[in-house]
Amino acid sequence: MARIRDIAKVCKSKNAGPFDLTIDVVFEDDATFARVQATGVLSAALFARLYGVEEQDVLFTPYPAGRAFKATLPRLIPAGDIGDTDVYGAQQHAPLLEVDVPI
Amino acid sequence: MREFRMVSVAGILGYGYPEASLDAALERGIDMIGCDGGSSDPGPYYLGAGKPFVSLRALRRDLRLMLRAAIAAKVPMVLGTAGGAGGEPHLQLVAGMVRDIAREEGLHFTMALIHSEQDKALIARRVREGRTRPLGRAPALDEATVDRAERIVGLCGPEPYMRALDAGAQIVLGGRSSDPAPFAATVMRAQLPPAQGWYAGKMLECGAAPAAPKGPDCLYVTVREDGVICEPMGDRACTPLSVANHSLHENSSPIRHVEPGGVLDTSDCRFEQVSPKATLVTGMRWEPAGTYTVKLEAAERVGHRAITICGTRDPLLIRQLDEVLGIVRALVRSKAADLGIGAEEYRLTIHTYGRDGVMGAREPVQGTNGAHELGFLVDVVAKDPDTAAAVIALARTSMLHADFPGRLCREGNMAFPFSPSDLTAGEVFRFSMNHVVVPDDPYDMFPIEYERV
Repeated sequence: MARIRDIAKVCKSKNAGPFDLTIDVVFEDDATFARVQATGVLSAALFARLYGVEEQDVLFTPYPAGRAFKATLPRLIPAGDIGDTDVYGAQQHAPLLEVDVPI
Repeated sequence: MREFRMVSVAGILGYGYPEASLDAALERGIDMIGCDGGSSDPGPYYLGAGKPFVSLRALRRDLRLMLRAAIAAKVPMVLGTAGGAGGEPHLQLVAGMVRDIAREEGLHFTMALIHSEQDKALIARRVREGRTRPLGRAPALDEATVDRAERIVGLCGPEPYMRALDAGAQIVLGGRSSDPAPFAATVMRAQLPPAQGWYAGKMLECGAAPAAPKGPDCLYVTVREDGVICEPMGDRACTPLSVANHSLHENSSPIRHVEPGGVLDTSDCRFEQVSPKATLVTGMRWEPAGTYTVKLEAAERVGHRAITICGTRDPLLIRQLDEVLGIVRALVRSKAADLGIGAEEYRLTIHTYGRDGVMGAREPVQGTNGAHELGFLVDVVAKDPDTAAAVIALARTSMLHADFPGRLCREGNMAFPFSPSDLTAGEVFRFSMNHVVVPDDPYDMFPIEYERV
């Protein structure tokens, strides 16, 4: 098993417009990307569980050219609205860091 | 092979860039110079209030170097989403700055202003005509939402930029625009394919973000019939991986990028390092849309904000935090009622740093996890500044003095770092539209004005 924090080159979150959050994980090389992809751990279902949204609200895209996976999901509160904690959405990646991938 | 050489000075005008990098681009030779002027990322305030999110000093510096370069190189200069949010006050702020700089530097040119702020009556008519559509999970647009908006902008496509340049403008300042559109416009005018134009725009709108290591810098892009070459001007490099990964930036999909007149598809892109600092990208595709649509952004006023910041080091308070915050809320409610302020007249939010201040309800770590101290940002939003000030004062004293079971710190629960402890934070807005509108054509929502400077 390996945690994302130990095997990813990049793990980040950011707004995709004011109403959506997008989370990216990038791996160092094609081989690591392929091994992670083969486990099926990174999926719409994983992000739905980590961020408390319905699976159908997660747009999950493997992106081999960038050795990356991307998930886009609704923000809890639109950027900058009352109660929002993260206007840029730049600090919402942490739950993913602890995910174990059986590679 | 035919080439079109482009330079983007920075990710956002006013974020800064090294003058040496711009000089290096000029030395290499350019056919256009551009910059994205804004973003919705800093939040709804700037659109609602009509203000920039960079300092005027930084804006002026970045603009001055760009203008001088454009005039010296005798090439067009395009600036999208001028002034940060691209509303009318933002566009006029930058236009005024351009006129001032031109006077100071003795520069002469024809300037075009492309207006992106929308007439509420026109958008309301489009709602009645059924020519607006929601995006994502947004409900259908209604006239009440249009009416409540403080400001509405449309995201301009490349066509008005092309028209302004065709009409002879050398300097084109646009209001809110699709980020790549001003760049894509210049590529299409050079008779190169739209896929290459949009791809180049996607790279250029963020300055040197497609390069590694990240840093404020100018990006130089060469567009050819077969693809796009990206190269940063400073001490960094565009590698196949750094360029590919830029397709992830601030969008919902790395392979389908929705733009006003179609979709840029990057799923079959290939990346090839062509020099130690440059990468060639090929294989991008442009799929024209059946219907041309313009995305709307709007901000509506929510009220006025006042805040206070404090922290606790009391373990007895920390172990029963939710109960204490509940007592604070009840105290504020009852004291506010004494002042004639109803609970519906304000919103009290207490951010707890050290527990869930960053992720809110999405924080997976439960409780305070052994924290020895916690920080609080107490936030009140009310309909007017007076009400916000009155309620934040009650919230401050309640945070300080609320009694709770087992309390030993009877002189005060909180450490306040500042006097005065209450800060007014001005007007509060919210983003209120996530919709597209079907225009008559790509131009009708974006009138162009020309002037000789």
